Amino acid sequence: MLSVAITHRLGGFTLDAAFDSEGGLTALFGRSGAGKTSLVNAIAGLYRPERGYVAIDGEVLTDTATRTFVPPHRRRIGYVFQEGRLFPHLNVRQNLLYGRWFAPRAAGGSDFDQVVDLLGIGHLLTRRPANLSGGEKQRVAIGRALLARPRLLIMDEPLASLDERRRDEILPYIERLRDEMQVPIVYVSHSIPEVARLATTLVVLSDGEVAAIGPTAEIMGRIDLFPLTGRAEAGAILATRVAAHDEKFGLTTLTAAAGELRVPHLDLPVGTALRVRIRARDVMIALHPPEGLSALNVLPGTIAEIAGGDGPIMQMRLDCAGESVIARLTRRSVDSLHLAPGLKVHAVIKSIAFDHHAFAGAKPGAATSDAEIADG
Amino acid sequence: MQFAIDLGFSPEELTAIRLSLRVGFWAMAGSLPVAVLVSTLLARGRFWGRPLLNVLVHLPLVMPPVVTGYILLVLFGRRGVLGAFLADYLGIVFAFRWTGAALASAVMGFPLMVRSMRLSIEAVDRRLEAAAATLGANRAWVWLTVTLPLILPGIIAGMILSFARALGEFGATITFVSNIPGETQTLPTEIYTLLQVPGGEAGAFRLTLVSVAISVAALFASEAIAQRASRRAAGL
Repeated sequence: MLSVAITHRLGGFTLDAAFDSEGGLTALFGRSGAGKTSLVNAIAGLYRPERGYVAIDGEVLTDTATRTFVPPHRRRIGYVFQEGRLFPHLNVRQNLLYGRWFAPRAAGGSDFDQVVDLLGIGHLLTRRPANLSGGEKQRVAIGRALLARPRLLIMDEPLASLDERRRDEILPYIERLRDEMQVPIVYVSHSIPEVARLATTLVVLSDGEVAAIGPTAEIMGRIDLFPLTGRAEAGAILATRVAAHDEKFGLTTLTAAAGELRVPHLDLPVGTALRVRIRARDVMIALHPPEGLSALNVLPGTIAEIAGGDGPIMQMRLDCAGESVIARLTRRSVDSLHLAPGLKVHAVIKSIAFDHHAFAGAKPGAATSDAEIADG
Repeated sequence: MQFAIDLGFSPEELTAIRLSLRVGFWAMAGSLPVAVLVSTLLARGRFWGRPLLNVLVHLPLVMPPVVTGYILLVLFGRRGVLGAFLADYLGIVFAFRWTGAALASAVMGFPLMVRSMRLSIEAVDRRLEAAAATLGANRAWVWLTVTLPLILPGIIAGMILSFARALGEFGATITFVSNIPGETQTLPTEIYTLLQVPGGEAGAFRLTLVSVAISVAALFASEAIAQRASRRAAGL
């Protein structure tokens, strides 16, 4: 268990944030300049905060009240930096084994072959960092941090410097890391798709302060946080399961508490659990079950809340059998349909809106590769 | 131009060559640890005396060598403040010994060595050192396993510069330890001496060739080593 409380002034900016994590992957989410990196650097002990407290599993690493400050090399906190920071004068194998010299023998943890295998870097061991692609560098950096037998792994925007294809190449490895290794992760990101896919717990940072903290689906389903979670990419997360495949049309049916979703074919066995993010801008609202409509997904629900003030765009949260679905509509539509909390409506989502950003841990079929278009 | 093909060295000339190499080596080796320390302080240190230290290090580069030699004589001569102390308590004598020639050469080459090292230390990406710390390396290990390999090209370049400077050192050496055959008579002072006597041109020319050959070899070696080291540091 990780416990953090940091107060630190940097020029005109004040970081004043605290959170606890019970394990899994905790994502620190916020815009650039929100204080994410300052917060994790304080956890790693890369600077001394003015006031602060950091403890892992009861062991205090920083406590300004008692003048406790464990230097970074004795914290056993792995750190994957945005730019990788591989040692240029060492080859991949030497980079990977660097931390092992210093790690306590008794610490146990993952062994070399297991990590190399998990990250798929076995064929790179004799190469030098200069001869690696960006994605390969990041995988080696992750392996290097893991092999130092850390108690906590910090990842500071590990994918930010990569293009989208490289990002998709690495995301599954991070998911495996989260699910198969027993190391809690603090993951810094400003990308909604990444966070939605990876995070167990979400900490939303804004101007150096924690704006919200909670399970990812709950935070993503809060429309009051839309200004912070990013309007374009924001959307609710549904926990679903693969129910059936329709070979004829190349579709896969997912079941959630909210109802059934038909999405472009997913190469996953029936029964697989899957997180699906439904972007608010991809959701239409109908007063009656629609007929003569091409969209395949209709989820009945009740309007739980509407927000958006006087602007032209409004957000509303539907309660669909206990799960949240968020929709973004024009105020004109809200007005003309007389939408109000308590009203029973139907959320309509085009199947094509489920592109590969929407899923965690699965690559949809070829049909969706160009399906970024979504008409709300 | 008969002397040009006659490369048979006289015993005195051979002595001067050997002595020069010895002086150059020890000037380089002796100043190496000090230069690493001082260049690290100048590149990384934040203390009030830093500009002063910087000026002090660079003084031999801009002062007349005779002045440097005279200051060394005052400090390290037999009755000098430091010289007397070192002679009485440690048995180290610089005055009119080859060790004095090495000291003078070391001082004259020191600014060149420090400049080269300082530049390479400043070029080190300190984020790599922070990364090493998160992997469990304490400061000494970080320096040995990350910083040192990355600044090695600069260190080698500095060593070669210092060695080459030592081979050419004249003014400070002759002022501090005079020009004693077999003890302090290095290549440049021997050449100078030969040019002062009638019929010495042949010997002077031979030693000039040796001097040029050593310098060229040193530069080629440094280039080769530095290139290998910098390729390594660049991760190729």
